[in-house]
Amino acid sequence: METRTEEVSKKSKILQALEDQNTSVTFEDPLENDMILNMGPQHPATHGVLRLLIRLDGETVVGCVPEVGYLHRGYEKLAENCTYHEFIPHTDRLDYLSPMNNNTAYTLAVEKLLGIEAPPRAQYIRVMISELARISSHLMFLGSLAMDVGALTVWMWAFREREKQYDIFENIAGARFTTSYTRIGGLAQDVRPETLAMVAKFVDELTGHIVECEKLLNTNRIFLERTDGIGVITRDQAIDLGLTGPGLRACGVDHDLRKASPYLVYKDLDFDVPLYEGGDALARYYVRMAEMRESIKIIKQVLEKIPSGDIHAFKPKKVLPRKDRIYTKMEELIHDFMIVNFGVEPPVGEIYSAVEAPKGELGFYIYSNGEGYPWRLKIRSPSFVNLQSLPTMVRGCMISDVVAIIGSLDPVMGEADK
Amino acid sequence: MNAVIIDKLKARFGEQSIRVSEFRGELTLVVPKDHIVGICRFLKEDAELKFDLLADVCGIDMNTAEKRFGVIYNLYSLSNKFRLRLKTFTEEEDPKVPTVTGVWGTANWHERETFDMFGIVFEGHPDLRRVYMPEEFEHYPLRKDFPLMGIPGSIPLPKNK
Repeated sequence: METRTEEVSKKSKILQALEDQNTSVTFEDPLENDMILNMGPQHPATHGVLRLLIRLDGETVVGCVPEVGYLHRGYEKLAENCTYHEFIPHTDRLDYLSPMNNNTAYTLAVEKLLGIEAPPRAQYIRVMISELARISSHLMFLGSLAMDVGALTVWMWAFREREKQYDIFENIAGARFTTSYTRIGGLAQDVRPETLAMVAKFVDELTGHIVECEKLLNTNRIFLERTDGIGVITRDQAIDLGLTGPGLRACGVDHDLRKASPYLVYKDLDFDVPLYEGGDALARYYVRMAEMRESIKIIKQVLEKIPSGDIHAFKPKKVLPRKDRIYTKMEELIHDFMIVNFGVEPPVGEIYSAVEAPKGELGFYIYSNGEGYPWRLKIRSPSFVNLQSLPTMVRGCMISDVVAIIGSLDPVMGEADK
Repeated sequence: MNAVIIDKLKARFGEQSIRVSEFRGELTLVVPKDHIVGICRFLKEDAELKFDLLADVCGIDMNTAEKRFGVIYNLYSLSNKFRLRLKTFTEEEDPKVPTVTGVWGTANWHERETFDMFGIVFEGHPDLRRVYMPEEFEHYPLRKDFPLMGIPGSIPLPKNK
């Protein structure tokens, strides 16, 4: 008996938050019975370890409190005890569906702090891998959303394409999943011409496969009824709740950091920012499908324009020297020893650098006190912020729509929980 | 843009209240915590500045005797495509900062995270619970005096029935 009261008092704060919510939702045919349902954290449709406490009237959701933190690994604390280079592998584990994007975002932030820039070839390769990772993340979204609303074929087809991408990543970085490919001021290694040919073949074929998936979904009545008008969020609500990425663009807000504050070589590349007006799950699906096509366009341009040359910036005290030079040159040996043991020592200062990740704005805030370790490193993860708009989206929906809405929001808990 | 923001804020909130610094082209304003809500509301609602998106809120432990904890607001203006950073500091004993949830709804979870990690209490916050750590956890992990290894026994294991 005693343990039960203990459990009740433990839960009370989350329950209290749910009960304190404004539940004045108007919908047809209210039953006026009240039920509280716990979804997750171990629920296949919540995409990882997301827990939702939902208040129901009949089958209609009147309130929802998301609970995150089941995958919290304390990366911000770890970062304060890593050199800037040592933290790169940890960024793979944030949004593990697009690790290349996280690597790029993090190194761009550190490079901004150090005041250096990667050479053009490295920048083009970074754009290419970022867009490949975006396609990979959106394919995962496509498959899981379709599966959440009951279409299993698309999941299989999307994963067939992702498999090819993992082969490409293996050729580029030596690892399929946890790539850790970028380095401060450059890349781990250059991309070989045969890998570029693989990428060219992949993007050439991908458009056809996207069309195949769209044929299954775009006129599919079940899919449309499960997503059209479901999980609506208005433009003002979305901005107020800090929604970014495809979710915001599905509300008709023209905000894409690749255009708004171009980083890398995005300003030299020609692409559009797809916008839709609905603000519902279907609009979020359309935006992502259109974004994949834009990514293909970008990758094709990169393959045409990619210059030859070095992939490391020449900043001996900031950028790790090449291995062959470490073994033969005294200066490089000293620099390598200093960078590995004491870290690159940036000036005192603070920066915030953000990129357009597949899920939204992925930002790194770094406060440096001049040592080789960041004094404070904050990860602004898009999934965490996007999840905050979930209660707004699900209010007034059916319980079965919650699954479709989570699918359309596409959160990755590795990133949300940091 | 920088000069416009600084002039407007100084005209409105007084010459002394704002300390300006710039690093790598990013503008940082240190403001007193009593003014933070007023300044945020002004920056959001001013017809020219329109900082309508709050990108991020985070805490920082400066590990100094005076004004130990800081709260950092990274703002973004969708129409001007411009970033601005606000900082405010609070003392070690009983750290409190007024909440900006009334200005941007997104501050809700960001402030919960800051409270979870640093123990900074946001006065007037509608739902100040821990966000990552368990509710019964008693420490604040991102404070500099919290060890990297954690504190043994600080997270109770589930009891065997």
